[in-house]
Amino acid sequence: MAAPSTSPSLPPALADAVRDDASLRRFLHGLPGVDQVGVEQRAAGLGTRSIKKASKQWAIDTAISMVDLTTLEGADTHGKVRSLAAKARRPDPDHPDVPRVAAVCVYPDMVETAVEELRGTGIDIASVATAFPSGRSSLKVKLEDTAYAVDAGATEIDMVIDRGAFLSGRYGQVFDEIVQVKHACGDAHLKVILETGELATYDNVRRASWLGLLAGGDFIKTSTGKVSPAATLPVTHVMLQAVRDWHTQTGELRGVKPAGGIRTTKDAIKYLVAVHEVAGPEWLTPTLFRFGASTLLNDLLMQRRTQLAGHYSGPDYVTVD
Amino acid sequence: MWEYAPAPESRDIANLKPNYRMFIDGQFVEGAGDPLKTVNPGTEEVLAEVSTAGQADVDKAVKAARRAYERVWGRMPGAERAKYIFRIARLIQERARELAVLESLDNGKPIKESRDVDVPTAAAHFFYHAGWADKLGYAGYGPDPRPLGVVGQVIPWNFPLLMAAWKIAPALATGNTVVIKPAETTPLTALVLAEIIQQADLPPGVVNILAGAGDVGAAVVSHPDVDKVAFTGSTEVGKIIQRQLAGTGRRLTLELGGKAANIVFDDAPLDQAVEGIVNGIFFNQGHVCCAGSRLLVQESVADELLEKLHVRVSTLRVGDPLDKNTDVGAINSREQLTKIQELVESGDAEGAERWTSACPLPDKGFYFAPTVFSNVSQAMRIAREEIFGPVLSVLTFRTPDEAVAKANNTPYGLSAGIWTEKGSRILWAAQKMRAGVVWANTFNRFDPTAPFGGYQESGFGREGGRTGLEAYLDV
Repeated sequence: MAAPSTSPSLPPALADAVRDDASLRRFLHGLPGVDQVGVEQRAAGLGTRSIKKASKQWAIDTAISMVDLTTLEGADTHGKVRSLAAKARRPDPDHPDVPRVAAVCVYPDMVETAVEELRGTGIDIASVATAFPSGRSSLKVKLEDTAYAVDAGATEIDMVIDRGAFLSGRYGQVFDEIVQVKHACGDAHLKVILETGELATYDNVRRASWLGLLAGGDFIKTSTGKVSPAATLPVTHVMLQAVRDWHTQTGELRGVKPAGGIRTTKDAIKYLVAVHEVAGPEWLTPTLFRFGASTLLNDLLMQRRTQLAGHYSGPDYVTVD
Repeated sequence: MWEYAPAPESRDIANLKPNYRMFIDGQFVEGAGDPLKTVNPGTEEVLAEVSTAGQADVDKAVKAARRAYERVWGRMPGAERAKYIFRIARLIQERARELAVLESLDNGKPIKESRDVDVPTAAAHFFYHAGWADKLGYAGYGPDPRPLGVVGQVIPWNFPLLMAAWKIAPALATGNTVVIKPAETTPLTALVLAEIIQQADLPPGVVNILAGAGDVGAAVVSHPDVDKVAFTGSTEVGKIIQRQLAGTGRRLTLELGGKAANIVFDDAPLDQAVEGIVNGIFFNQGHVCCAGSRLLVQESVADELLEKLHVRVSTLRVGDPLDKNTDVGAINSREQLTKIQELVESGDAEGAERWTSACPLPDKGFYFAPTVFSNVSQAMRIAREEIFGPVLSVLTFRTPDEAVAKANNTPYGLSAGIWTEKGSRILWAAQKMRAGVVWANTFNRFDPTAPFGGYQESGFGREGGRTGLEAYLDV
């Protein structure tokens, strides 16, 4: 197995976990299980938090600043990416005080366009890579895909893990791939997409989360958005718990990104409550939590206007991009 | 830092009245006792004045119940009784918000619990038992099991409406009539239930609701014309009642105290175990007879679990019971708060290590910050006595046998929790547990279909499920 390129100073227990294939398997299978009923009950319970007034306004602005504004369609064009970039720069033209989003997320061949449009804004350019969304290609192709995006100027890479390898227990292979992609990223941040909808069990989600963290992922991300179910609250709970445990053991802060299926402000706030109470308040920042979403932003903007104006406006008052 | 803005439920929804009266023979009446003032434990304000019963009122109520039993309810076909009980269930649902807010005002429990647990479960008990009313011949007690007659019931302050439902629903379904007394500090929701019973057109005298302190309860349970007594409350009072009823031939079921063990084995799903521990002891401020007040954790995971537990307990929001984001509300009374404080001090004195959540507490009202004692030994008072508050005692064990031995080492035996991913260990431990209810990988789950009750000093008789019907039938 390749050595992870980051975390040179893992605590002994974790350094031992990545020594070889067998140790890695032992470590992942030795993690405490996740009780399905319990985690779903907790997620539903936290979902009843009532966020009002100033705390809601804060949540909406924070959520906007955490959005990875995404377009991942076969039909994407440069024009589409340009208008998305404009939206990212100024989400609500009537309200210049709206925070900008965290990043724009596109396919590798669109990175160049996004870079041109976002130069000097501080908005990150995320690109999916590694034969997204299935991950079914050779390592060589995956690394070249990554290098292509990074060379074009992507500052963040959203890679997919090889779910086939993971489900057949070849954890070492998945680990090596992440390590090598991380290496190919250079300075770009790496988000590791677990595609939790294909992992099926919460135990697998926890193992994959640790695998991604051990291999050096800066973020662990739920889904590609191409598989149903995409992000769910309980899955995000399990991942938030993993980054929290990682922090307890290593002192490092790693991020979480739920992606797909989060469309309303109400949902976004439930996620923020989970971040706040499961991981902890220090995770409530775009450097440690992101939403992968396309339609969420407009709902956040509409709710923001409602909070300020005291009445609902309508979808025609926010821009469609 | 993200501070949640206050999100209080409106207290107007409770429809609070300045005076509440007792319900006897289908009428709201003044009692001969001195009126009591019921207090909002969250603010220490007086909520309302409630008239209480004298001995003559108890006689009147029992007579009304006897008459209703002999003339109407005892001979009514089950299918007809069911209609009334279904109607009560639906009316509880219709007035759910009102009941929830009133319960939180009078009891101090957080609105999210009265809204999501107490009131829906109370309605569920009426729905469930309504379904039994015309099927008693198939309950396994012979083809035509008979009711007992007049039932005297006394219930505690920790789940005022829910306990009333637990008691009244099976009694009505089986054809008995009821004289019930809610707790002195929490009479309001039971008296609104009386309104609902009136709205449901239940024949007069079938359910009579008295108010007052322990003396009224004593008069109800010792009344010579009561055929059966059902009591939920302290073991101390339960023993007095049992002594009183010995030799009278009257039936008795008791649901008393507990000091439940929540056992966490080293292969447990730790994050969910932490949730279960928190739910087990901090749900309803720990005012739960089946609370998981003794945590038994395997030594090999004790440090990790305790660290996670402290982090989690620190996130509990203590305060205004009406705030929808409150996790732990107010202690029901000053008396109970004093009792909790006294036991916690004994924990300090006996050498346990106290950790208390740093959460802010309101200036007024009865509040107690969530507290976890570690390094507790079986000999300490905090490991043996029921604290009935948000205080957890943590003990450790080395082997499964030791866990079982320690869990059973109590005069109580109401509930227990087992946390392990190993199915065979769950079955093994559950079989060894001397407790009426054993939860595996969960805690404090209540359902009208599941019988609930205790061993030893936790009482006898079951409530809920098919088994629970037996307590109200002549079998």
